[in-house]
Amino acid sequence: MGESDESGEPGGSAEVGEMRETVDAVYRSESRRVLATLIRLLGDFDLAEEALHDAFAAALTQWPREGAPANPRAWLVSAGRFRAIDRVRRRARFDASLEKLAARLDAGAPDPDAAEPDEAGGVEDDRLRLIFTCCHPALRADAQIALTLRTVCGLTTEEIARAFLTHAPTIAQRIVRAKAKIRDARIPYEVPTRADLPERLDAVLHVVYLVFNEGYSASSGATLTRHDLSAEAIRLGRLLVELLPDPEALGLLALMLLHESRRAARTSPDGELVLLDDQDRSAWDRAKIDEGLALVERALATRRLGPYSLQAAIAAVHARAGTAAATEWGQIAALYDVLLRADPSPVVELNRAVAIAMRDGPEAGLAIVDGILARGDLGDYALAHSARADLCRRLGRTAEAAASYRKALDLTRQEPQRRFIERRLNEVEKS
Amino acid sequence: MKYLCLVYLEEKKLDALAKDEIEALVAEALAYDDAMRRSGHYVCSEALESVEAATTVRVRNGRVSVTDGPFAETKEQLGGFILIEARDLNEAIQVASRIPPGRLGCIEVRPVADLTRPDLTRA
Repeated sequence: MGESDESGEPGGSAEVGEMRETVDAVYRSESRRVLATLIRLLGDFDLAEEALHDAFAAALTQWPREGAPANPRAWLVSAGRFRAIDRVRRRARFDASLEKLAARLDAGAPDPDAAEPDEAGGVEDDRLRLIFTCCHPALRADAQIALTLRTVCGLTTEEIARAFLTHAPTIAQRIVRAKAKIRDARIPYEVPTRADLPERLDAVLHVVYLVFNEGYSASSGATLTRHDLSAEAIRLGRLLVELLPDPEALGLLALMLLHESRRAARTSPDGELVLLDDQDRSAWDRAKIDEGLALVERALATRRLGPYSLQAAIAAVHARAGTAAATEWGQIAALYDVLLRADPSPVVELNRAVAIAMRDGPEAGLAIVDGILARGDLGDYALAHSARADLCRRLGRTAEAAASYRKALDLTRQEPQRRFIERRLNEVEKS
Repeated sequence: MKYLCLVYLEEKKLDALAKDEIEALVAEALAYDDAMRRSGHYVCSEALESVEAATTVRVRNGRVSVTDGPFAETKEQLGGFILIEARDLNEAIQVASRIPPGRLGCIEVRPVADLTRPDLTRA
Protein backbone atom coordinates (compact mmCIF):
# COMPACT_ATOMS: atom_id res chain seq x y z
CA MET A 1 0.00 0.00 0.00
CA GLY A 2 0.96 3.62 0.05
CA GLU A 3 1.14 4.72 -3.56
CA SER A 4 -2.02 6.76 -3.96
CA ASP A 5 -1.35 10.20 -2.66
CA GLU A 6 -3.38 12.13 -5.19
CA SER A 7 -6.06 13.44 -2.85
CA GLY A 8 -5.12 16.80 -4.37
CA GLU A 9 -6.41 19.03 -1.63
CA PRO A 10 -3.91 21.77 -0.90
CA GLY A 11 -3.58 22.78 2.71
CA GLY A 12 -5.03 19.54 4.04
CA SER A 13 -1.68 17.83 4.35
CA ALA A 14 -1.78 17.56 8.12
CA GLU A 15 -5.15 15.86 7.97
CA VAL A 16 -3.99 13.68 5.10
CA GLY A 17 -0.98 12.69 7.17
CA GLU A 18 -3.22 11.94 10.10
CA MET A 19 -5.53 9.88 7.93
CA ARG A 20 -2.56 8.01 6.53
CA GLU A 21 -1.66 7.08 10.09
CA THR A 22 -5.21 5.89 10.65
CA VAL A 23 -5.08 3.80 7.49
CA ASP A 24 -1.70 2.38 8.51
CA ALA A 25 -3.06 1.46 11.93
CA VAL A 26 -6.09 -0.21 10.36
CA TYR A 27 -3.73 -2.04 8.00
CA ARG A 28 -1.74 -3.41 10.91
CA SER A 29 -4.77 -4.51 12.91
CA GLU A 30 -7.19 -5.57 10.17
CA SER A 31 -5.37 -6.47 6.97
CA ARG A 32 -5.02 -10.19 7.80
CA ARG A 33 -8.70 -10.46 8.70
CA VAL A 34 -9.72 -8.62 5.56
CA LEU A 35 -7.47 -10.84 3.45
CA ALA A 36 -8.89 -14.01 5.02
CA THR A 37 -12.43 -12.93 4.22
CA LEU A 38 -11.53 -11.80 0.70
CA ILE A 39 -9.97 -15.20 -0.02
CA ARG A 40 -13.25 -16.83 0.94
CA LEU A 41 -15.36 -14.40 -1.07
CA LEU A 42 -13.14 -14.46 -4.16
CA GLY A 43 -11.94 -18.04 -3.95
CA ASP A 44 -8.43 -17.13 -5.06
CA PHE A 45 -5.36 -16.13 -3.05
CA ASP A 46 -3.76 -13.88 -5.66
CA LEU A 47 -6.96 -12.12 -6.58
CA ALA A 48 -7.63 -11.55 -2.87
CA GLU A 49 -4.17 -10.07 -2.34
CA GLU A 50 -4.66 -7.69 -5.23
CA ALA A 51 -8.07 -6.81 -3.85
CA LEU A 52 -6.59 -6.14 -0.41
CA HIS A 53 -4.04 -3.82 -1.95
CA ASP A 54 -6.73 -2.06 -3.99
CA ALA A 55 -8.97 -1.68 -0.95
CA PHE A 56 -6.27 0.07 1.10
CA ALA A 57 -5.27 2.24 -1.86
CA ALA A 58 -8.93 3.27 -2.11
CA ALA A 59 -9.04 3.98 1.63
CA LEU A 60 -6.07 6.32 1.26
CA THR A 61 -7.88 8.43 -1.32
CA GLN A 62 -11.44 8.18 -0.02
CA TRP A 63 -11.10 8.35 3.76
CA PRO A 64 -9.43 11.80 3.82
CA ARG A 65 -12.31 13.12 1.68
CA GLU A 66 -15.21 11.31 3.29
CA GLY A 67 -13.90 10.49 6.74
CA ALA A 68 -13.02 7.03 8.03
CA PRO A 69 -15.95 4.60 7.95
CA ALA A 70 -17.56 3.41 11.18
CA ASN A 71 -16.64 -0.18 10.39
CA PRO A 72 -13.32 -0.07 8.50
CA ARG A 73 -13.08 -3.84 8.12
CA ALA A 74 -16.47 -4.17 6.43
CA TRP A 75 -15.66 -1.16 4.25
CA LEU A 76 -12.36 -2.70 3.15
CA VAL A 77 -13.89 -6.12 2.45
CA SER A 78 -16.61 -4.58 0.37
CA ALA A 79 -14.21 -2.21 -1.45
CA GLY A 80 -11.79 -5.05 -2.13
CA ARG A 81 -14.50 -7.35 -3.41
CA PHE A 82 -15.94 -4.65 -5.62
CA ARG A 83 -12.56 -3.90 -7.15
CA ALA A 84 -11.75 -7.57 -7.67
CA ILE A 85 -14.98 -8.00 -9.61
CA ASP A 86 -13.95 -4.97 -11.62
CA ARG A 87 -10.59 -6.52 -12.39
CA VAL A 88 -12.12 -9.82 -13.44
CA ARG A 89 -14.63 -7.96 -15.63
CA ARG A 90 -11.85 -6.06 -17.36
CA ARG A 91 -9.94 -9.28 -17.96
CA ALA A 92 -13.13 -10.95 -19.18
CA ARG A 93 -13.10 -8.59 -22.15
CA PHE A 94 -10.06 -10.50 -23.39
CA ASP A 95 -11.09 -13.89 -22.09
CA ALA A 96 -14.71 -14.94 -22.47
CA SER A 97 -14.30 -17.81 -20.01
CA LEU A 98 -14.02 -15.26 -17.19
CA GLU A 99 -17.48 -13.85 -17.91
CA LYS A 100 -19.24 -16.55 -15.88
CA LEU A 101 -16.84 -16.08 -13.02
CA ALA A 102 -17.39 -12.33 -12.98
CA ALA A 103 -21.14 -12.85 -12.93
CA ARG A 104 -20.84 -15.31 -10.08
CA LEU A 105 -18.64 -12.98 -8.03
CA ASP A 106 -21.10 -10.20 -8.76
CA ALA A 107 -23.97 -12.27 -7.46
CA GLY A 108 -22.10 -12.49 -4.17
CA ALA A 109 -21.61 -16.24 -4.29
CA PRO A 110 -17.85 -16.78 -4.38
CA ASP A 111 -18.16 -20.46 -5.09
CA PRO A 112 -21.36 -22.37 -5.62
CA ASP A 113 -20.06 -25.08 -3.28
CA ALA A 114 -18.79 -22.82 -0.52
CA ALA A 115 -20.87 -22.35 2.56
CA GLU A 116 -21.71 -18.98 4.08
CA PRO A 117 -21.98 -16.57 1.21
CA ASP A 118 -22.76 -13.70 3.58
CA GLU A 119 -19.96 -11.34 4.46
CA ALA A 120 -20.91 -10.94 8.08
CA GLY A 121 -20.69 -14.69 8.67
CA GLY A 122 -17.70 -15.52 10.79
CA VAL A 123 -14.72 -13.28 10.19
CA GLU A 124 -12.91 -15.26 12.87
CA ASP A 125 -13.81 -18.44 11.03
CA ASP A 126 -12.15 -16.98 7.97
CA ARG A 127 -8.87 -16.61 9.82
CA LEU A 128 -9.15 -20.18 11.03
CA ARG A 129 -9.93 -21.33 7.49
CA LEU A 130 -6.85 -19.49 6.29
CA ILE A 131 -4.61 -21.18 8.87
CA PHE A 132 -5.93 -24.63 8.06
CA THR A 133 -5.55 -24.04 4.33
CA CYS A 134 -1.99 -22.73 4.68
CA CYS A 135 -1.04 -25.69 6.90
CA HIS A 136 -2.74 -28.32 4.74
CA PRO A 137 -0.70 -31.53 4.85
CA ALA A 138 -0.95 -31.80 1.05
CA LEU A 139 1.47 -28.84 0.89
CA ARG A 140 5.18 -29.31 1.43
CA ALA A 141 6.28 -28.59 5.00
CA ASP A 142 8.52 -25.66 4.04
CA ALA A 143 5.73 -24.26 1.87
CA GLN A 144 3.25 -24.49 4.76
CA ILE A 145 5.59 -22.43 6.90
CA ALA A 146 6.29 -19.82 4.22
CA LEU A 147 2.63 -19.47 3.25
CA THR A 148 1.49 -19.18 6.87
CA LEU A 149 4.04 -16.48 7.66
CA ARG A 150 3.18 -14.62 4.46
CA THR A 151 -0.61 -14.70 4.53
CA VAL A 152 -1.57 -15.25 8.17
CA CYS A 153 1.19 -13.17 9.77
CA GLY A 154 1.68 -10.74 6.89
CA LEU A 155 5.49 -11.04 6.80
CA THR A 156 7.12 -10.11 3.51
CA THR A 157 9.01 -12.74 1.53
CA GLU A 158 12.22 -10.83 2.33
CA GLU A 159 11.52 -11.07 6.06
CA ILE A 160 10.77 -14.79 5.83
CA ALA A 161 13.93 -15.37 3.77
CA ARG A 162 16.06 -13.50 6.31
CA ALA A 163 14.60 -15.49 9.19
CA PHE A 164 15.27 -18.81 7.46
CA LEU A 165 18.68 -17.72 6.18
CA THR A 166 17.69 -18.23 2.58
CA HIS A 167 16.97 -16.07 -0.47
CA ALA A 168 13.75 -14.19 -1.10
CA PRO A 169 13.23 -15.75 -4.57
CA THR A 170 13.37 -19.22 -2.96
CA ILE A 171 10.64 -18.27 -0.49
CA ALA A 172 8.63 -16.52 -3.20
CA GLN A 173 8.78 -19.64 -5.35
CA ARG A 174 7.63 -21.85 -2.48
CA ILE A 175 4.65 -19.57 -1.94
CA VAL A 176 3.78 -19.44 -5.64
CA ARG A 177 3.89 -23.24 -5.87
CA ALA A 178 1.79 -23.65 -2.75
CA LYS A 179 -0.85 -21.27 -4.05
CA ALA A 180 -0.85 -23.10 -7.39
CA LYS A 181 -1.43 -26.40 -5.61
CA ILE A 182 -4.24 -24.94 -3.50
CA ARG A 183 -5.90 -23.80 -6.73
CA ASP A 184 -5.15 -26.81 -8.98
CA ALA A 185 -5.81 -29.60 -6.48
CA ARG A 186 -8.68 -27.54 -5.06
CA ILE A 187 -7.63 -27.52 -1.42
CA PRO A 188 -10.79 -26.18 0.21
CA TYR A 189 -10.97 -23.04 2.28
CA GLU A 190 -12.55 -24.58 5.34
CA VAL A 191 -12.09 -25.62 8.91
CA PRO A 192 -11.78 -29.43 8.85
CA THR A 193 -14.70 -31.59 9.90
CA ARG A 194 -14.77 -32.85 13.45
CA ALA A 195 -13.48 -36.26 12.35
CA ASP A 196 -10.41 -34.77 10.67
CA LEU A 197 -9.82 -31.99 13.17
CA PRO A 198 -7.37 -33.65 15.61
CA GLU A 199 -4.99 -34.70 12.86
CA ARG A 200 -5.28 -31.44 10.96
CA LEU A 201 -4.82 -29.38 14.10
CA ASP A 202 -1.66 -31.39 14.79
CA ALA A 203 -0.32 -30.25 11.42
CA VAL A 204 -1.10 -26.62 12.26
CA LEU A 205 0.49 -26.84 15.71
CA HIS A 206 3.53 -28.49 14.16
CA VAL A 207 4.00 -25.57 11.75
CA VAL A 208 3.73 -23.08 14.61
CA TYR A 209 6.20 -25.11 16.69
CA LEU A 210 8.69 -25.31 13.80
CA VAL A 211 8.50 -21.55 13.36
CA PHE A 212 9.09 -21.07 17.07
CA ASN A 213 12.05 -23.45 17.20
CA GLU A 214 13.64 -21.86 14.19
CA GLY A 215 13.59 -18.61 16.11
CA TYR A 216 14.55 -20.12 19.45
CA SER A 217 17.24 -22.74 18.97
CA ALA A 218 19.52 -20.71 16.74
CA SER A 219 21.23 -17.76 18.39
CA SER A 220 24.42 -15.94 17.26
CA GLY A 221 24.58 -13.87 14.11
CA ALA A 222 21.03 -13.23 13.09
CA THR A 223 19.73 -13.23 16.67
CA LEU A 224 17.37 -10.34 16.18
CA THR A 225 15.36 -11.52 13.19
CA ARG A 226 15.27 -15.00 14.68
CA HIS A 227 13.72 -13.59 17.80
CA ASP A 228 11.02 -12.05 15.61
CA LEU A 229 10.24 -15.51 14.34
CA SER A 230 9.57 -16.76 17.88
CA ALA A 231 7.40 -13.72 18.47
CA GLU A 232 5.40 -14.53 15.32
CA ALA A 233 4.99 -18.14 16.47
CA ILE A 234 3.67 -16.94 19.82
CA ARG A 235 1.30 -14.57 18.02
CA LEU A 236 0.04 -17.49 15.94
CA GLY A 237 -0.29 -19.57 19.10
CA ARG A 238 -2.40 -16.85 20.73
CA LEU A 239 -4.58 -16.62 17.64
CA LEU A 240 -5.16 -20.38 17.69
CA VAL A 241 -6.02 -20.37 21.38
CA GLU A 242 -8.46 -17.53 20.76
CA LEU A 243 -10.08 -19.25 17.78
CA LEU A 244 -9.90 -22.89 18.83
CA PRO A 245 -9.03 -23.44 22.50
CA ASP A 246 -8.07 -27.08 22.11
CA PRO A 247 -5.94 -28.47 25.00
CA GLU A 248 -2.95 -28.98 22.74
CA ALA A 249 -3.22 -25.44 21.35
CA LEU A 250 -3.17 -24.21 24.96
CA GLY A 251 -0.25 -26.51 25.68
CA LEU A 252 1.77 -25.32 22.71
CA LEU A 253 1.26 -21.65 23.54
CA ALA A 254 2.23 -22.35 27.16
CA LEU A 255 5.32 -24.25 26.04
CA MET A 256 6.44 -21.42 23.76
CA LEU A 257 5.86 -18.76 26.42
CA LEU A 258 7.73 -20.71 29.09
CA HIS A 259 10.71 -21.28 26.80
CA GLU A 260 10.62 -17.70 25.57
CA SER A 261 10.58 -16.45 29.18
CA ARG A 262 14.18 -17.68 29.56
CA ARG A 263 15.51 -16.06 26.40
CA ALA A 264 17.46 -13.28 28.13
CA ALA A 265 19.00 -15.73 30.60
CA ARG A 266 20.06 -18.45 28.21
CA THR A 267 22.86 -16.49 26.58
CA SER A 268 25.61 -14.66 28.45
CA PRO A 269 26.49 -11.05 27.51
CA ASP A 270 29.29 -12.37 25.27
CA GLY A 271 26.87 -14.64 23.42
CA GLU A 272 27.70 -17.91 25.16
CA LEU A 273 25.06 -20.56 25.86
CA VAL A 274 23.97 -20.76 29.50
CA LEU A 275 22.41 -24.04 30.64
CA LEU A 276 19.16 -24.05 32.59
CA ASP A 277 20.93 -24.89 35.86
CA ASP A 278 23.31 -21.95 35.55
CA GLN A 279 20.80 -19.35 34.39
CA ASP A 280 20.14 -16.20 36.37
CA ARG A 281 16.50 -16.83 37.20
CA SER A 282 15.87 -13.21 38.06
CA ALA A 283 16.34 -12.51 34.34
CA TRP A 284 13.42 -14.76 33.45
CA ASP A 285 10.38 -12.92 32.09
CA ARG A 286 7.81 -13.15 34.90
CA ALA A 287 4.87 -12.00 32.78
CA LYS A 288 5.47 -14.74 30.21
CA ILE A 289 5.91 -17.33 32.98
CA ASP A 290 2.65 -16.32 34.66
CA GLU A 291 0.77 -16.46 31.38
CA GLY A 292 2.40 -19.80 30.54
CA LEU A 293 1.61 -21.32 33.94
CA ALA A 294 -2.03 -20.28 33.71
CA LEU A 295 -2.30 -21.87 30.26
CA VAL A 296 -0.70 -25.09 31.51
CA GLU A 297 -3.33 -25.23 34.27
CA ARG A 298 -6.09 -24.78 31.69
CA ALA A 299 -4.62 -27.48 29.45
CA LEU A 300 -4.15 -29.94 32.30
CA ALA A 301 -7.67 -29.29 33.59
CA THR A 302 -9.08 -30.71 30.34
CA ARG A 303 -7.57 -34.08 31.29
CA ARG A 304 -6.65 -34.64 27.66
CA LEU A 305 -2.90 -34.65 27.84
CA GLY A 306 -1.02 -34.43 24.57
CA PRO A 307 2.69 -33.99 23.85
CA TYR A 308 2.61 -30.18 23.86
CA SER A 309 0.70 -29.94 27.15
CA LEU A 310 3.08 -32.43 28.76
CA GLN A 311 6.18 -30.61 27.55
CA ALA A 312 4.63 -27.38 28.79
CA ALA A 313 3.95 -29.02 32.16
CA ILE A 314 7.63 -30.00 32.34
CA ALA A 315 8.71 -26.47 31.46
CA ALA A 316 6.30 -25.24 34.15
CA VAL A 317 8.06 -27.30 36.84
CA HIS A 318 11.33 -25.60 35.89
CA ALA A 319 9.63 -22.20 35.84
CA ARG A 320 8.25 -22.71 39.36
CA ALA A 321 11.65 -23.60 40.84
CA GLY A 322 13.22 -20.54 42.49
CA THR A 323 16.69 -22.06 42.16
CA ALA A 324 18.10 -24.92 40.11
CA ALA A 325 18.59 -26.92 43.31
CA ALA A 326 14.92 -26.52 44.20
CA THR A 327 13.78 -28.18 40.95
CA GLU A 328 11.33 -31.01 41.57
CA TRP A 329 13.05 -33.63 39.44
CA GLY A 330 10.70 -36.35 40.68
CA GLN A 331 7.78 -34.51 39.09
CA ILE A 332 9.72 -33.94 35.89
CA ALA A 333 10.72 -37.59 35.61
CA ALA A 334 7.08 -38.63 36.17
CA LEU A 335 5.90 -36.23 33.44
CA TYR A 336 8.51 -37.67 31.07
CA ASP A 337 7.12 -41.14 31.79
CA VAL A 338 3.70 -39.96 30.62
CA LEU A 339 5.19 -38.09 27.65
CA LEU A 340 7.10 -41.17 26.56
CA ARG A 341 3.82 -43.10 26.45
CA ALA A 342 1.98 -40.30 24.60
CA ASP A 343 4.75 -39.55 22.12
CA PRO A 344 7.46 -42.21 22.16
CA SER A 345 10.76 -41.07 20.67
CA PRO A 346 14.46 -41.54 21.48
CA VAL A 347 14.83 -37.80 22.17
CA VAL A 348 12.09 -37.95 24.82
CA GLU A 349 13.81 -41.04 26.26
CA LEU A 350 17.06 -39.10 26.45
CA ASN A 351 15.42 -36.19 28.28
CA ARG A 352 13.77 -38.64 30.65
CA ALA A 353 17.18 -40.18 31.34
CA VAL A 354 18.57 -36.77 32.27
CA ALA A 355 15.65 -36.16 34.66
CA ILE A 356 16.12 -39.59 36.24
CA ALA A 357 19.83 -38.86 36.67
CA MET A 358 18.86 -35.73 38.60
CA ARG A 359 16.35 -37.65 40.72
CA ASP A 360 18.22 -40.95 41.31
CA GLY A 361 21.84 -40.06 40.56
CA PRO A 362 23.99 -40.05 37.38
CA GLU A 363 24.49 -43.83 37.36
CA ALA A 364 20.76 -44.48 36.76
CA GLY A 365 20.66 -41.91 33.95
CA LEU A 366 23.80 -43.21 32.30
CA ALA A 367 22.40 -46.75 32.14
CA ILE A 368 19.40 -45.46 30.17
CA VAL A 369 21.49 -43.30 27.83
CA ASP A 370 23.84 -46.20 27.12
CA GLY A 371 20.80 -48.38 26.44
CA ILE A 372 19.51 -45.91 23.84
CA LEU A 373 22.92 -45.64 22.14
CA ALA A 374 23.49 -49.41 22.24
CA ARG A 375 20.18 -49.85 20.43
CA GLY A 376 21.60 -47.72 17.62
CA ASP A 377 19.40 -44.66 18.25
CA LEU A 378 20.66 -41.06 18.53
CA GLY A 379 24.20 -42.05 17.49
CA ASP A 380 24.42 -38.90 15.35
CA TYR A 381 22.64 -36.64 17.82
CA ALA A 382 25.17 -34.29 19.45
CA LEU A 383 23.08 -33.73 22.57
CA ALA A 384 22.96 -37.47 23.32
CA HIS A 385 26.75 -37.61 23.47
CA SER A 386 27.09 -34.39 25.46
CA ALA A 387 24.47 -35.69 27.93
CA ARG A 388 26.40 -38.93 28.26
CA ALA A 389 29.64 -36.97 28.71
CA ASP A 390 28.06 -34.88 31.42
CA LEU A 391 26.88 -37.96 33.35
CA CYS A 392 30.35 -39.57 33.08
CA ARG A 393 31.93 -36.32 34.27
CA ARG A 394 29.69 -36.29 37.32
CA LEU A 395 30.67 -39.91 38.03
CA GLY A 396 34.37 -38.98 37.80
CA ARG A 397 34.87 -41.09 34.67
CA THR A 398 36.82 -38.31 32.95
CA ALA A 399 38.35 -40.28 30.07
CA GLU A 400 34.91 -41.51 28.99
CA ALA A 401 33.50 -38.03 29.46
CA ALA A 402 36.21 -36.53 27.23
CA ALA A 403 35.58 -39.13 24.52
CA SER A 404 31.84 -38.40 24.51
CA TYR A 405 32.39 -34.62 24.46
CA ARG A 406 34.62 -35.11 21.43
CA LYS A 407 31.90 -37.12 19.66
CA ALA A 408 29.38 -34.39 20.46
CA LEU A 409 31.81 -31.78 19.13
CA ASP A 410 32.07 -33.66 15.82
CA LEU A 411 28.33 -33.72 15.45
CA THR A 412 27.16 -30.26 16.53
CA ARG A 413 26.31 -27.67 13.92
CA GLN A 414 25.39 -24.85 16.25
CA GLU A 415 28.14 -22.39 17.02
CA PRO A 416 27.22 -21.56 20.65
CA GLN A 417 26.71 -25.25 21.37
CA ARG A 418 30.12 -26.04 19.88
CA ARG A 419 31.84 -23.45 22.08
CA PHE A 420 29.99 -24.74 25.13
CA ILE A 421 31.04 -28.35 24.54
CA GLU A 422 34.62 -27.19 23.89
CA ARG A 423 34.69 -25.43 27.26
CA ARG A 424 33.40 -28.55 29.01
CA LEU A 425 35.94 -30.72 27.19
CA ASN A 426 38.78 -28.42 28.30
CA GLU A 427 37.59 -28.61 31.91
CA VAL A 428 37.44 -32.40 31.83
CA GLU A 429 40.86 -32.70 30.19
CA LYS A 430 42.43 -30.43 32.80
CA SER A 431 41.09 -32.41 35.74
CA MET B 1 -13.91 -31.85 -9.91
CA LYS B 2 -12.31 -35.13 -10.99
CA TYR B 3 -9.43 -36.78 -9.19
CA LEU B 4 -7.53 -39.83 -10.37
CA CYS B 5 -6.62 -42.14 -7.49
CA LEU B 6 -3.59 -44.18 -8.47
CA VAL B 7 -3.12 -47.29 -6.35
CA TYR B 8 0.53 -48.14 -5.83
CA LEU B 9 1.58 -51.30 -4.05
CA GLU B 10 4.39 -53.81 -3.91
CA GLU B 11 3.46 -56.60 -6.25
CA LYS B 12 5.61 -58.89 -4.15
CA LYS B 13 3.34 -58.23 -1.17
CA LEU B 14 0.29 -58.95 -3.29
CA ASP B 15 1.84 -62.19 -4.57
CA ALA B 16 2.54 -63.28 -1.03
CA LEU B 17 -1.17 -63.19 -0.11
CA ALA B 18 -3.08 -66.45 0.21
CA LYS B 19 -5.83 -67.20 -2.32
CA ASP B 20 -8.67 -66.49 0.12
CA GLU B 21 -7.00 -63.23 1.18
CA ILE B 22 -6.87 -62.09 -2.47
CA GLU B 23 -10.50 -63.07 -2.97
CA ALA B 24 -11.53 -61.13 0.11
CA LEU B 25 -9.60 -58.07 -1.07
CA VAL B 26 -11.16 -58.21 -4.55
CA ALA B 27 -14.64 -58.58 -3.07
CA GLU B 28 -13.99 -55.64 -0.78
CA ALA B 29 -12.69 -53.52 -3.66
CA LEU B 30 -15.74 -54.29 -5.80
CA ALA B 31 -18.03 -53.51 -2.86
CA TYR B 32 -16.27 -50.18 -2.42
CA ASP B 33 -16.81 -49.40 -6.13
CA ASP B 34 -20.53 -49.91 -5.49
CA ALA B 35 -20.41 -47.73 -2.40
CA MET B 36 -18.76 -44.96 -4.44
CA ARG B 37 -21.41 -45.35 -7.15
CA ARG B 38 -24.13 -44.87 -4.55
CA SER B 39 -22.44 -41.81 -3.04
CA GLY B 40 -21.92 -40.28 -6.49
CA HIS B 41 -18.12 -40.29 -6.35
CA TYR B 42 -17.49 -43.09 -8.86
CA VAL B 43 -16.51 -42.38 -12.45
CA CYS B 44 -14.57 -45.49 -13.48
CA SER B 45 -11.91 -47.85 -12.20
CA GLU B 46 -9.69 -50.66 -13.38
CA ALA B 47 -7.15 -53.00 -11.86
CA LEU B 48 -3.93 -53.56 -13.80
CA GLU B 49 -2.02 -56.69 -14.67
CA SER B 50 1.44 -57.00 -13.16
CA VAL B 51 4.30 -54.78 -14.42
CA GLU B 52 5.71 -58.06 -15.76
CA ALA B 53 3.11 -57.67 -18.51
CA ALA B 54 4.01 -54.04 -19.17
CA THR B 55 5.59 -52.73 -22.34
CA THR B 56 7.13 -49.30 -22.67
CA VAL B 57 6.82 -47.50 -25.98
CA ARG B 58 8.95 -44.51 -26.90
CA VAL B 59 8.98 -42.43 -30.04
CA ARG B 60 12.21 -40.56 -30.75
CA ASN B 61 12.96 -38.79 -34.00
CA GLY B 62 9.98 -40.52 -35.55
CA ARG B 63 11.27 -43.98 -34.62
CA VAL B 64 9.38 -46.24 -32.31
CA SER B 65 11.32 -48.18 -29.71
CA VAL B 66 9.65 -50.88 -27.65
CA THR B 67 11.09 -52.25 -24.43
CA ASP B 68 9.98 -54.72 -21.84
CA GLY B 69 8.66 -53.66 -18.46
CA PRO B 70 7.98 -50.32 -16.82
CA PHE B 71 10.27 -47.43 -17.67
CA ALA B 72 11.56 -47.13 -14.13
CA GLU B 73 12.27 -49.64 -11.40
CA THR B 74 10.37 -48.60 -8.28
CA LYS B 75 9.64 -50.26 -4.98
CA GLU B 76 5.89 -49.93 -5.48
CA GLN B 77 4.10 -50.46 -8.76
CA LEU B 78 0.92 -49.00 -10.20
CA GLY B 79 -1.69 -51.65 -9.55
CA GLY B 80 -4.86 -49.91 -10.62
CA PHE B 81 -6.73 -46.66 -10.73
CA ILE B 82 -10.06 -45.15 -9.75
CA LEU B 83 -11.35 -41.97 -11.29
CA ILE B 84 -13.59 -40.17 -8.83
CA GLU B 85 -15.69 -37.04 -8.70
CA ALA B 86 -15.21 -35.00 -5.51
CA ARG B 87 -16.05 -31.51 -4.31
CA ASP B 88 -12.47 -30.71 -3.30
CA LEU B 89 -9.20 -32.30 -2.21
CA ASN B 90 -10.44 -32.99 1.33
CA GLU B 91 -13.37 -35.00 0.01
CA ALA B 92 -11.07 -36.77 -2.48
CA ILE B 93 -8.71 -37.68 0.37
CA GLN B 94 -11.61 -39.10 2.36
CA VAL B 95 -12.75 -41.24 -0.56
CA ALA B 96 -9.17 -42.33 -1.37
CA SER B 97 -8.39 -43.24 2.21
CA ARG B 98 -11.03 -45.98 2.09
CA ILE B 99 -9.82 -47.70 -1.11
CA PRO B 100 -9.20 -51.28 0.13
CA PRO B 101 -5.92 -52.17 -1.68
CA GLY B 102 -4.52 -48.84 -0.47
CA ARG B 103 -3.85 -50.59 2.82
CA LEU B 104 -1.10 -52.58 1.08
CA GLY B 105 0.60 -49.54 -0.42
CA CYS B 106 -0.44 -45.97 -1.07
CA ILE B 107 -2.83 -43.91 -3.13
CA GLU B 108 -1.63 -40.99 -5.20
CA VAL B 109 -4.46 -38.48 -5.63
CA ARG B 110 -4.07 -36.41 -8.78
CA PRO B 111 -6.47 -33.66 -9.76
CA VAL B 112 -7.57 -33.96 -13.36
CA ALA B 113 -6.52 -30.82 -15.20
CA ASP B 114 -9.25 -28.55 -16.48
CA LEU B 115 -7.75 -27.08 -19.62
CA THR B 116 -10.60 -24.58 -19.98
CA ARG B 117 -10.28 -23.05 -16.53
CA PRO B 118 -9.82 -19.27 -16.61
CA ASP B 119 -6.55 -17.92 -15.33
CA LEU B 120 -7.43 -15.18 -12.88
CA THR B 121 -3.93 -13.86 -12.48
CA ARG B 122 -3.42 -13.14 -16.12
CA ALA B 123 -3.47 -9.39 -16.65
